[in-house]
Amino acid sequence: MWFIKNAITRKNLMAITGLFLCFFLIIHLLGNLQLLMPPDEGRLQYNLYSDFLSNNILVKLISYVLYASILAHTIDSIYLSIKAKKASGSSYVLDKRNRASKWYSRQMMLLGTIVFAFLVIHFKDFWFIYKFGALPMDSAGNKDLYGLVVAAFQDLWYVILYAIAILALGFHLLHGFFSAFRTIGLYNPKYNRLVKSVGVIFAVAMTIGYFIIPFYIYLNL
Amino acid sequence: MKIDLKVWRQKNQNTKGHLESYILDEVDAEMSFLEMLDMLNLKLAKRGERPVEFDHDCREGICGQCGVMINGIAHGPLKNTTTCQLHMRSFKDGDTIYVEPFKAKAFPVIRDLKVDRSAFDDIIAAGGYISVNTGQAPEANSILISHDEAESAFDSAACIGCGACVATCKNASAALFTSSKISQLAKLPQGKKESSKRTVNMVNRMEDLGFGHCTNTEACQVECPQDISVLNIAQMNYEYNKAKLKK
Repeated sequence: MWFIKNAITRKNLMAITGLFLCFFLIIHLLGNLQLLMPPDEGRLQYNLYSDFLSNNILVKLISYVLYASILAHTIDSIYLSIKAKKASGSSYVLDKRNRASKWYSRQMMLLGTIVFAFLVIHFKDFWFIYKFGALPMDSAGNKDLYGLVVAAFQDLWYVILYAIAILALGFHLLHGFFSAFRTIGLYNPKYNRLVKSVGVIFAVAMTIGYFIIPFYIYLNL
Repeated sequence: MKIDLKVWRQKNQNTKGHLESYILDEVDAEMSFLEMLDMLNLKLAKRGERPVEFDHDCREGICGQCGVMINGIAHGPLKNTTTCQLHMRSFKDGDTIYVEPFKAKAFPVIRDLKVDRSAFDDIIAAGGYISVNTGQAPEANSILISHDEAESAFDSAACIGCGACVATCKNASAALFTSSKISQLAKLPQGKKESSKRTVNMVNRMEDLGFGHCTNTEACQVECPQDISVLNIAQMNYEYNKAKLKK
C-alpha cells in the first residue's frame, strides 16, 4: 500500500474501507441490540449468538477483512494527513477560513483518533477477553460474554467513555458517509442529495442506536 | 473612513515575511478594495518607500488575477466575489483589515501579496485542452447537446483560476480548479474523446506540483468567486477511476 503515491487512489481506499466499516456498524448494532432483551433470555441468546459468530468460517473471513479495513483506513489517513500538512505551507496570521465548512468535516482526523483509541479499549475489554481470557460458562455451556458486557456498563465512567466515542463516531459518519461517495465519483446532483440525506439519517441512527445499549444497561440492571 | 491596514510585506521568496501596519485616513466607501491599496501605494511612493505589490488586471471580476486573503478569508467577507469587486462599503470606519497573500506550498510568494500561481498553468498544460483543431463552429444540428448539458459545461468553464480554492482549502488542494476544467471538457463531445488521458495527466501533474488531496469539506465552493460546484470534483474522481479501471 505504501507504494501507492496517488492521492485519489488513496482516497478510494479510504472510501471503500470506510463504507465497509459503515456496513459493519449496522450488523454490529443489530447483533448487540440483543443485549436489551430480558436478562435471562438475553444472556442465553447473546452468548449463543457470540458463539455462532466466533465459530462460523464465513464470519471469520469477514472479520479478517474488518481488521484489515480498520488498519488500512487508519494508516492511510495518517499518510494523507502528513501529505496534506506538507501541501498547506505556512499558516495565516488571521485565519477565518472556518466559516466556509463544518467543523467536523475539518476534524476527521481528531474524530477518527478518538474512535481508534476507543476501539483499542473496546477490543481489549471484550474481544480479547472473549478470545483469550477465561470466561465463565452460562447454563447452555457458552462463554458468558453477556455477563462481561453487563458488568462493564455498571461503571458510569465507562458509560461516559462510550458516549464520547459514539458521539465522535457519529460526527465522523456525518461527514464520512457522503464524502466516500464523492471520492468514488458519484457526481449526479440528484443522487448526491439523496446520499447526503441517507448519510445524515445513518449517522443519527448509529449514534442513537449505539448510545442506547450502554445507557440502558447502566440504568436498568 | 479611517482604516488600519495590516499588510503582509515580504521582499522575496527566500526572506521571511511580516505584517506591517499602515493607517489610511481618507478612504472612500465607494472605493474598491484595490483602489484603496492604490491609495496606500501612492502614499508609500510619495514617502519614497517600496509600494505593496499585488496582482490585478481587469478589475472587473473576470480575469482572476487579483486575490488576497482579507481578514482571513480569500477575497474578503463577501461570498462569491473577487477582491477587485469588493468595495470599502463592506467595512466600517475604524476597522482593522488584515491583508495576506494566498498561502500554499505550490503557491510561493513572489513579493508582498503577489504569489506565483503558474502551477495552475502547469496543470492546464498537462491536458486542459483539446488536441485537435475543431475548426469552425459546426452546423448547430449536427452535434446535439442538451441545453442542461451545455449549461452545466459552461458552469464548469466559468472558473477564472484565481486560486481562492487552494488558499481556502485546509489541505491546499487544487481539486476544484483541476476538476472544473476536466469536467467542462468531459461534458462536451469534443472533449469527451480524450477524457481519460486528460484526467490522468492533469491529476498526476496536480499532485506532482505539491497540492494536497480533497477531503470534501466543500469550503472551496463557498469562497469561489464563480461558485464552481464541488460536484466537479466528484466528476473528476469518476473520470479518474474510470480511466484507471479501464487500463
